[in-house]
Amino acid sequence: MAQALAAAALGQGAFPEPVSGVTLYHYLFVSAALFALGVIGFVTRRNLIIMFLCTELMFQAAGLALIAFSRYHLHHTGSAFVIFVLTVAAAEAAMALALVVLLFRRRQTLDGTQWRQLRG
Amino acid sequence: MLATMGLITGTAAGGAALAAAPGAEALAGAGGVAGVSVSAHGAPLAVLAIALLPLLGAALCALTAPLRLGGKLPAWITVGGLAAAFGLTVLMHSGVSGLAAGEALVAHGYEWIAFQSGAGPGDRFVAPFGFYLDSLTSLWMLFVTGLGCLIALYASEYMEHDVGLGYARFFVAFNLFVFSMACLVMADNLLLLFLGWEGVGLCSYLLIGYFYKKPEAVAAAKKAFIVNRVGDFGLLLGILTIFGVFGTVEYAALFPKLAAGRDALGEPLAAWVGWVVPLLLVCGAFGKSAQLFFYVWLPDAMEGPTPVSALIHAATMVTAGVYLIARMFPAFTLDEQQWVLGLVAASGAVTALWSATIAMAQHDIKRIMGYSTISQLGYMFAGLGVLTTTGAAFHVFTHAFFKATLFLCCGAVMHGFAGQLDLRRLSGVWWVKGWGIIGAAMLVGCLNLAGFPFTAGFFSKDTILAQAFVTPGAAWVGWVLLLTAGLTAYYTFRVFFRVFVGPVEYHPGQDDHGHQGDDGHAHSSQHGHAGGHGHASGQFHPHAPRWAINSVVGALAVLSIAAAATYFVYPQEHGWVGKMVGHSTAAFAAPGEHHSGAHADPHSDAHSTDLRSNGAAHAAALGTFLGFDPHAVMYYVSALVGAVGIGVAYLLHGAGRRTAATAGADGLLRNPLVALVHRGAHRKWYVDEVYHALITLPLWVLGHVLHLVDRLLVDGLVNAVGAAPKLTGGRLRVQQSGVLNGYAVAMAGGIALVVLLVVFMTN
Repeated sequence: MAQALAAAALGQGAFPEPVSGVTLYHYLFVSAALFALGVIGFVTRRNLIIMFLCTELMFQAAGLALIAFSRYHLHHTGSAFVIFVLTVAAAEAAMALALVVLLFRRRQTLDGTQWRQLRG
Repeated sequence: MLATMGLITGTAAGGAALAAAPGAEALAGAGGVAGVSVSAHGAPLAVLAIALLPLLGAALCALTAPLRLGGKLPAWITVGGLAAAFGLTVLMHSGVSGLAAGEALVAHGYEWIAFQSGAGPGDRFVAPFGFYLDSLTSLWMLFVTGLGCLIALYASEYMEHDVGLGYARFFVAFNLFVFSMACLVMADNLLLLFLGWEGVGLCSYLLIGYFYKKPEAVAAAKKAFIVNRVGDFGLLLGILTIFGVFGTVEYAALFPKLAAGRDALGEPLAAWVGWVVPLLLVCGAFGKSAQLFFYVWLPDAMEGPTPVSALIHAATMVTAGVYLIARMFPAFTLDEQQWVLGLVAASGAVTALWSATIAMAQHDIKRIMGYSTISQLGYMFAGLGVLTTTGAAFHVFTHAFFKATLFLCCGAVMHGFAGQLDLRRLSGVWWVKGWGIIGAAMLVGCLNLAGFPFTAGFFSKDTILAQAFVTPGAAWVGWVLLLTAGLTAYYTFRVFFRVFVGPVEYHPGQDDHGHQGDDGHAHSSQHGHAGGHGHASGQFHPHAPRWAINSVVGALAVLSIAAAATYFVYPQEHGWVGKMVGHSTAAFAAPGEHHSGAHADPHSDAHSTDLRSNGAAHAAALGTFLGFDPHAVMYYVSALVGAVGIGVAYLLHGAGRRTAATAGADGLLRNPLVALVHRGAHRKWYVDEVYHALITLPLWVLGHVLHLVDRLLVDGLVNAVGAAPKLTGGRLRVQQSGVLNGYAVAMAGGIALVVLLVVFMTN
């Protein structure tokens, strides 16, 4: 309770101890770095599971940015939205891993380049 | 039985209103003619049955095919139905003949078409399915149903080689034809007449094309249908014009207006109505009755089975044009000059001569009869044109019997001699065992057609010939018709002397399977005789007609003699037919005719003068035949001309002939000039070739040009529209590698590009 009051007293743009020197830009930088790692991993790797994990990385980057903005604006919408994103990501992870298992059963490999039926 | 039927006045201009039944609705005509229409009960249903019995017959015949009711059942259904229809027609005739001149009975079936476009007069279009019964209707229906019944009996034997599906198909179309013809003749409005008109055209098409595996028959059927379409278009325009002017197509309302010369609004008629309406009607009549410029379909129609040629293309359907003009005669006399009737007379005379010359040089006896039909139709049209509706109708009546006889005799020969119709390959048929009745009937028919004294054809032809000389300005028509009478006698007896008498010699036609090799010039196959005439010995045995053909041909021969007797009853009114015509809307006092006043035209009763000059010309202006009264001397003149024709035919084709192929005429053909003319006539004066060059070929070329335009221009545009995305797609498809990472790069790159753009543009 006291903590919440303290946080409310800090006002927009300020963070409590022990990260008081940290600003919104730090969080956004981390988020962007995570997203970039995810993209690079998705584009460069062939293993389907790694590619899937990279998409998760991009998800979390977006979530981090949302949380940061939520705190920055002292508004709960961003935090609530992240809860939904996490829920959807959990469901999607369950389904995507199942798909990967099925694809593996077909070709006995996790190489994504083996699936090229949509080539024009 | 017809006492309860509606009575209406027909042409009676200024006639008194007839007594009306309670609740009758007055049909006041614009000219002060009061007519009365009584809704009919009971008896008219029996009249409707005249048309509906053949329709029922058609349905029953059609049913026999899927039910596999074999044998000759369709023929017996047809004969029975038509006999019943004929009986009803006789009853109807007895009802109609009691009427006074100009009166008619109207039997309303139901309102077939009715719609209203406004409140004014002429804004309501009504076409009931109803029958208008007067003596003209009765005259036509008597021979349509009577001959239909007899010819159906004949066909039961003639078509026996086709027992089964073909037999049923034949009699379905046959019944449908009689139904359509009944609608045409008995209709109480022009639209129902048009329905019948198109119906007979359709049945004609179906029956000409009966042997549908034979290309000539199919081509002939198409030709008949298409040529008729041209004329029918004119008729349809005529009917629409009549509705536009008079605001009605129903006879009962139309004739009083015609008699009074008033249009739908009661105004006097415009001058153009007097020639536009008749001209359009004549266009339809010329097509159906095979007159000049339209006649080319009729000779080809002989590809159909012979009973069809006899009933449709000689006795009934082709006289529909005569009926139309006779029925609508008041419209033709609207105009003072009546130049449309002059056109009809001229065209009739030229058609008569033209086709008679062609008939003289043909070798196929059925085709000769076809051309002779065109020629005789020309006589009828000339009769209408020179204002003797009586003569035209009488010639229709007598011609129906004797031409049916002739056709059926030719059909019997064709049936018996395996499709042989070439007069150079048949001789002395009368003397072959079993052919006595056919030979005698043929002689009767030929005498009628040639106009031999005291035959029916003699009297009917005389009526027209004499009137042509009497009517002012039509003398040349008379001379042409007189010349044609001589030619007619010649070509008729050419057939008789070549085929029916002389030394007995015959070669089977191509239907005889054993003799196909040695018959170069025989008629092509129309029957499919199932095998055996004893070919093993190389001997051909003609099979003589049996009871059905013999009895029908015999009966028709007797009837065509008996038809002459009708000329002598009611002498004051030019015979029985004259009385019938005189009592109908076709009543018209021909110039110089002393009519007994049976018809309702007050002018002619009072003056007996030429209506063409509106009472100004008196008897002095009437034509004469070389100074004599044509009506008095024409009997002798035409008898002489006919006898000369027969004599020439005997000299050239009868006397001293030893074989079928050669005759005295062959010597004449060595003269190059005669040979040239003969060649022209034999090739039908190259009319088909001219039509082909002038109409068919340009249309064919135009069709192919348009086909090219369609293929190159229209198809090209459509294909170009299709090709553009196909080309683009072909270039773009290589981008689709199918590798997931590639798509990811493209997507990420694209998004980055958009983000950069947004960033740059917002700053």
